[in-house]
Amino acid sequence: MKTNTLLIRTPEGIVFALPLAGPVTRFFAWLVDIACLGVVSQLLNSAIRMLGWISEDFATALGILLFFVAQIGYGIGCEWLWRGQTLGKRLLRLRVMDAQGLQLQFSQVVIRNLLRAVDGLPMAYLVGGIACLVSQRAQRLGDLAANTIVVRHPQPRQPDLEQLLAGKFNSLRAHPHLEARLRQRVSPAEASAALQALMRRDELEPTARVQLFAELAAHFKSLVEFPPDTVEGIADEQYVRNVADVLFRPRGKTKAPAQP
Amino acid sequence: MVIDLEKFVLAERPYWVELEAMLVKLEADAGLRPDLKQLQRLHYLYERTSADLGKLVTFASEPETRRYLENLVARAYGEIHETREKPHRLAPLDWFFQTFPQTFRRHAGAWWLSVAITMVGVFFGLGAVAFDSEAKSILLPFGHGEMDPAKRVAREEREGGKHLEGNKAKFSTHLMTHNTKVSITAMALGMTWGLGTIVLLFYNGIILGGVAVDYVLAGQTKFLLAWLLPHGSVEIPAILIAGQVGLVLGNALIGRGSRLALRARMRAAGPDLVTLIFGVAVLLVWAGFVEAFLSQYHGPQLYAGKIAFGTVELVLLTVFLTRSGKRGSEFRVSSSESLLRAPTQNAELKTQNP
Repeated sequence: MKTNTLLIRTPEGIVFALPLAGPVTRFFAWLVDIACLGVVSQLLNSAIRMLGWISEDFATALGILLFFVAQIGYGIGCEWLWRGQTLGKRLLRLRVMDAQGLQLQFSQVVIRNLLRAVDGLPMAYLVGGIACLVSQRAQRLGDLAANTIVVRHPQPRQPDLEQLLAGKFNSLRAHPHLEARLRQRVSPAEASAALQALMRRDELEPTARVQLFAELAAHFKSLVEFPPDTVEGIADEQYVRNVADVLFRPRGKTKAPAQP
Repeated sequence: MVIDLEKFVLAERPYWVELEAMLVKLEADAGLRPDLKQLQRLHYLYERTSADLGKLVTFASEPETRRYLENLVARAYGEIHETREKPHRLAPLDWFFQTFPQTFRRHAGAWWLSVAITMVGVFFGLGAVAFDSEAKSILLPFGHGEMDPAKRVAREEREGGKHLEGNKAKFSTHLMTHNTKVSITAMALGMTWGLGTIVLLFYNGIILGGVAVDYVLAGQTKFLLAWLLPHGSVEIPAILIAGQVGLVLGNALIGRGSRLALRARMRAAGPDLVTLIFGVAVLLVWAGFVEAFLSQYHGPQLYAGKIAFGTVELVLLTVFLTRSGKRGSEFRVSSSESLLRAPTQNAELKTQNP
């Protein structure tokens, strides 16, 4: 099945996830690289024009050679020296990696870059893009031949938790042992869903919002049962807010809220 | 599992920091060779961090710490479980005179197939141009289709290569880059299960056969040999090696006669592909020089010398590809990474204890 994450299980039994880059992000990175190559070509042209005063033939030959080397060598050089990144990939936080999580080898870098000749057919990386879409690991043909993948290194966006959660009395905090159980039972995906729901509450239709928070609250209540007097009279949205507070703001980091 | 997260992070952080520092050093210097003690420490830190990640992996409230540990474990995994040799020192002469011909011989089957496909193309082109006068203008590129060989020979001998004066370097680099692009395409088309490579080789054969028979039928065999041999004796084998690379790639993709999985086959073939295509590029640079600075000079007094030069080149290339790097029995040099040799001395890797 095609997913956007590659899971690697180490012999020690630990699983780590590598988020795979899709064809669109990679296309934008390629556009940046093309722009860089354009700038390099312009600079080379200017330098070579000066050499033309000495020998026109030599200058033209040098121009052809340097442009060819830049065209072929840009990807190879950058990815080898910057451990799987070109300028475009750096900007878009992408990196080429070995498909098994091992170190990227020189031969892998060369093969994936030389096979751009076939990935780029018939124009604008159509073959590579289609291969990327249908491949399980979002690999173009060059990646398949070189055993490489392109992963994303997204900048984690820190939500403003103080704005979102602070200043409210949280009745769940009165039961530290249940708090701990809640933290243990809620999966990262569930915690993220609760936080996203709170952050985007104003974007939701009122009916959909009520339904969403009802479902989330019911789910969290099914995971850990707090005493009835603790949760009595709390709206579903507030309950989810309290759960997110427990999950994302450990005890030591919270200011003691004033009792209402 | 319920853990006191703050206490846990405080207790484990020094180990993570130490592991990160070791990884930064290893990643920054490809030639670094830790000694046994340092390796043991690295392994210990990797296992400890892996265990920490295992504890935190379902802990919802710390996605940042989990991501940080995943990153550390992924990097350490790459360092520890990588068994291929880490290269860094350039050794181009060893690579060219040993690794390249050894790799070429290791894939002799693909080479002969490349030659056979081209020869089929040669005979097709030969037959087409010899028996169908209209085929010439369709099959032969670069203006050869419309050219009368006898007229061209007369013109070339009259000019004596003067038309290239002031353009030799440009012409030479144009030939080098064009032929290298064709070679890369021949290799890359191996990803079409070798079919694209076969078509390219066949078409090259047609051109070669068509041009050859055109000049032979016009009674210009001597001119043809003097024109093509000096550069063609290196350029044509180079293109055939590029075809060999494409066929090796195609074979790795198909997996005929191999019990390995696709990824393992590709991993095994990769370094050899790079070695061969780099070798092709070197040969084409030489051929480009010869074509621009020797092949295009024509005149009856030059023909014998040019044919002799081309023949010597062909013999030397044959000896080079069949004999160079042979030491008793052929041994397998693992990869094109031998272009970049690993050092023998141990380098110091300072570890910091928390």
